[in-house]
Order: sequence, then C-alpha cells, then structure tokens
Amino acid sequence: MLTYALRRIMLAIPTLLFISLVIFLLLELSPGDPLGDVPLTVPPEVKEKMREALGLGQAWYIRYVLWLKQFFWIEPLHWVDQLLGTDFSRGAQRIISFQSRSPVFDVIAERIPQTLKVVGFSYLVGVLIAIPIGIISAYKQYSWFDQLGTFISMVGFSMPTFFTGVVFIIVFAVNLQWFPSIYDTTLKVTDWASFWQQVRQMAMPVTVLALYNAAQISRFMRASMLDNLGQDYVRTARAKGLSERTVVLKHVLRNSLIPVVTVIALGLPAVFGGAIITEQVFKVNGLGQLLISAIHSNDIPMVLTLTFIFAILIVVFTLIADILYGILDPRIRYD
Amino acid sequence: MTENPHDALRSAELIRDSAATAAAGPGGALLPAGDPAAVAAAPNLTPASRSQWRDVWRQFRRHRGAMVALVLFAAIVLFVTVGPYIWTIDATFVDIRARNKGFSAAHPLGTDQLGRDMLARLMKGGQVSLAVGLTAMLIAVTLGTVIGILSGFFRRLDAPLMRMTELFLALPLLPLLLLMVTLFREPLGQAMGPGLGTFVLIVSAIGATSWMQAARIVRGDVLGLKEREFILAARSIGTPNLRMMTRHILPNVLSPIMVAATLGIATAIITESALSFLGLGFPPDFPTWGRLLYDAIEQMQMYPWRVILPGVFISLTVLTVNYIGDGLRDAMDPRIRGR
Repeated sequence: MLTYALRRIMLAIPTLLFISLVIFLLLELSPGDPLGDVPLTVPPEVKEKMREALGLGQAWYIRYVLWLKQFFWIEPLHWVDQLLGTDFSRGAQRIISFQSRSPVFDVIAERIPQTLKVVGFSYLVGVLIAIPIGIISAYKQYSWFDQLGTFISMVGFSMPTFFTGVVFIIVFAVNLQWFPSIYDTTLKVTDWASFWQQVRQMAMPVTVLALYNAAQISRFMRASMLDNLGQDYVRTARAKGLSERTVVLKHVLRNSLIPVVTVIALGLPAVFGGAIITEQVFKVNGLGQLLISAIHSNDIPMVLTLTFIFAILIVVFTLIADILYGILDPRIRYD
Repeated sequence: MTENPHDALRSAELIRDSAATAAAGPGGALLPAGDPAAVAAAPNLTPASRSQWRDVWRQFRRHRGAMVALVLFAAIVLFVTVGPYIWTIDATFVDIRARNKGFSAAHPLGTDQLGRDMLARLMKGGQVSLAVGLTAMLIAVTLGTVIGILSGFFRRLDAPLMRMTELFLALPLLPLLLLMVTLFREPLGQAMGPGLGTFVLIVSAIGATSWMQAARIVRGDVLGLKEREFILAARSIGTPNLRMMTRHILPNVLSPIMVAATLGIATAIITESALSFLGLGFPPDFPTWGRLLYDAIEQMQMYPWRVILPGVFISLTVLTVNYIGDGLRDAMDPRIRGR
C-alpha cells in the first residue's frame, strides 16, 4: 500500500509538469498580446521596455522554467516567511498579475473563501441529500419512490446549472422576492441579522449546485446499494436473525459506501470547474469569476496559475480517491 | 426499466438466453442466433429475420422512458429541421417596431429586443446546437474508438496511449476550453468567417477534450475480445491486422460505442451552451440555444420567457438524449436483455 502510494505520487509529478507545459504552450501560441491595449502613440522602444518589464523579453522555455521556479519555490518560501517571520524570499520576484499588478497568490487567497463557502457547502448538502435517496431507491427498487427519484435525478443532471440558476432567480428573487439575486461578498457576519442575510444570499447558489451534485451521487449510491443487496452476506445476515435495520444500515450501507466515497472524492475538483458557471450566474466573486475576468483581460500569469491549480486539485483528488479505495476495501491489492 | 406484463414472452427470452450461452459459438453471447424456442414463442417471426439489431430494438421498445424520449427527440429534430420551411420568418430579420412583443398570432413565441421572431430564432438556434452536439460527438467517438482499439489491440501501444488518456483526464477541461475558445476565436473567425470559424473551433475543442471515456471503455472490451476463439480463427487463416480490426473487432465493440456516442451528444450540447452562456461561444447575431439564453439574461426581470424557452429546449434535448442512452445501454447489454 505504501509503495503503491509512493509510486503514484512519483508518477503525479511528471503528469503535473506535463500539464503545466501544455497550458503554458497553449497560452504561448495564443495570438493575443498583453500589450494590445497600450495606445499606438507609445513609441516602439518604450513598448519593448514595457514588454521586458512584464518579463516577456526572453525565450519561452526560459520563462517557463522561471515560472516553475516561482510557483514551486519562491511562493512556498514566501508563505514560510509570512508564517515564521523569516526572510528567505527577500528580493525574489513573485508571480505578478498583469491586470492588478499584485502577486497572483494574494488575489487567489482573497477569492478562495467565497468559492469554498458556496461550493464546498453545496457539495456537502448534495451528498447529504443523495445518500438517503440512494439507499431508499435501492431498497425499494421499482417502487414509486424509486421511479420518481430516477426521473428527478435524470432531470437534475440534464438541466445545466446556468438554466436552473436563472429559473431560481426569476422565481425566487424576481417574483417572490425571497432571496437576493446577487451574492454580496462584502457582507461580514457579525450578528444574527447579518447571519440571516448571509444564509439568504447563499440559499440559491447552494441549492442549485447541491441539486446538480445530488442527482449524480444518488445514482451511484443506488447502483452500489443494489450491487450489495444481492450478495450472499446479506442473506447470511438476515438468516442470523438480524433486524432489517441492522442489515441495511450497517452491513449493506458500509460496503456500498466504499465506491461512493471515491466517487465523491473524484467529483470534488470537477465541482470547482462547474462552479465557474454558477458563480457567474449569481455573481459570486470566487475563483471561477477570477479566471473568467483574467481570460478576458489577457492576464497570462493569473490564467496560467489558476488553471494549474485546478489541474493540481484534479491530480491530488484522483490520488486520494485511489488510495482511499485501497484503505476502505482491504480486498483491493495494488501489488 | 419497466416491468414486462407478457409472461410468455419473458420465459421465451429466458430460454433463448440460456440456449444462446450454451451454443456460444463465434461471438455467441453478443449474437444469439435464431433458435427454436424463441421462434416457437413468436411464430410470426421467421428465423431469417432475427438479428442482433432486431433484438436490441425489441428490448429498447420495452424501456418506456427511452421510447417517450425517442419520440420527443424526433419531434425536436423535426422542429429545428423542417420547422423553418413551415414558419418562414427569417431568424435575423430585425423589425424594431415589433420589439419585445409577447405571445401573439404574428409571433407565437414573441419577439426579442430587436423585434426578431423568437420561434424562428429557436429553430435556427436549435440547428446550430444540435449540429455542434452531433459533430463534436462524432469527433470524440472517432478519436476514442481509434485510440481504444489501437491500445487494446497492439500491446506495445497500450501503455503510452493509456498514459496519454490519463493525462487528458487530469486536465482541467472547462478552464482549458474557455482558454482555447478565447485565444483562437478571432484568428479562426478571420480565416473562415465568424460563424464557421467558431463552429470549427468549438466542435474540435469539445471533441478533443471528451474522447477519453470512450477510449477506456473500448480498450477494455477489445482486451476481452482478443482472447476469444473467433479472433484466433481469423488470425489462423492469415487475416491482416487492419482487416482484423475493422471486420472482427469493431463490429463487436459497436454497442458500447453507440451508448458513449448518445451520451456524448448530451455533454457536447451542454458544453456548447455553457460556453455561449459565458459569452465565449458564437458571435452575437448567430443564434444558438445557449446564446439566446445568454442574450436574454439582461432583461430577464421583464421578459422571463425569453430565458426560459431556450433553457427548456436545452434541458429537454439533453434529457431525451440521456434517456435514449440509458435505454440503449439496457437494450445492448446481453446480461440485462430479457429481464
């Protein structure tokens, strides 16, 4: 198990390097020019100076290695400095955004709480809805509950979040005026009134994302429960005279959760991707919104770093899912 | 799945299934040959008219959801293809005096902020959305099938191709799609015209980022097929590799490919409309369902129907395609067939 985990981690490093190279080259091949907005009256030699000041003077491979160094060496050093008060990273150049002129990671750190609050919470709610639905639909297979659940989950993942989000806004924000349609990030929770306001503004984006996720996870849960309900050990447990409750909720549920847990882990990074759209619908200024604005304004360092962070999330959670599977199910042998 | 009321038919199916497994010749489980039990139960079918696809169709018809979905999907396809010949108003005709109209006889679904007819725009938009979905799916499935068959068939190609598939699976797809579309939209638009350029770009970007599942499924099936006797037989009479793949392997992995293709249409349509929704899809005067939805967002408080109609079309199309895929999967799985 340990050697397997180590081997996977060793394999993840070249994968990530390759992905970063792909993203870098894609941006490099792009015809867009970060100096495109500079007025034509600026003389060419000044423009050349500006280009160099942005770090665009050198060949692409030098800039690529430089970016790797900044990402993997200087930025972590900077965090260490901030935590311990040392100054290892003094004088070293951090990754700077073209758009805001501030370090990319500072901007990202400002945006992460919003994304985590809305997206993370909605995933949690989605899982909590999906698991009981999956259990009941499998236990009462082909009942009206199961048929209805199948239909709703089919509808749930066929409706894109930008449509459900907009319908929610029309119904609940415009017509009924229950919730605000725009997420206010400047809101600070200090007392009950502001807490209630926070709950109200989170209600719609969380519901939209949670329903979408619950639709998929409940299908997996149902399939996994069905697989296990037909197994011999279930018959043995019933023959021993265990109560139906113990059989289903202890024996079957535990075994059925194994593949579902890995599916949940695998789905987490995709949630960040899907949240790009939901954040846009409800104007949550999280990571997804940051990425879109950076793409629109040709902010290459920001786009590169953000996309790479998404890639790291995917690779890390795939790794976690695989290792978790091995830990939870001792029958799985990796060697 | 729907319960089957005809018990006679059901028992015939059961017998046929066991007969087929007992007589598992070349491709036995997938190609149950005409056998006496089934013919006796259904005397109007001559043995010659039994084929795998007929069986699949018969099973498919018993999936009630999939049948309803098929009819609805056909209706949507007719609406966007034949519709413009019946409802002949031009989708881009601007009639500024008739702007923001509600439902009326002249404009059954109203008009938009420039007085363009919504019904005509929905038809035109549907043509583009469906075309994007179908073409992107074709690209993805072709890529996936070629890579899957190659890596399953040639042991030497297996490791590198599967490494590549894993790499693609680790890419953050939506950010990359957004990136590709923004970066290359203008040059391609200048080279081929804005509409066609964006179409080619979006279709190839979606195709290039969604072939991985199909490749994995196909590879798994090919690995299993390679060990079967009929492959050995074909090899022993000196069948060259290319014909081996096209004549013997490909027909036997068609069913998972078809399921993957159906579900691929759904994801491609959703991805295209998501791109359009983020303002990174087709140019403004070029209607697609996603673009219509995006254009209507600004005035959704006054005219909610303009947002809801294209959204309903997107969701309905995706829902029907998903149901058809579900029905196909059940119908093509010989283990489920006959249950």
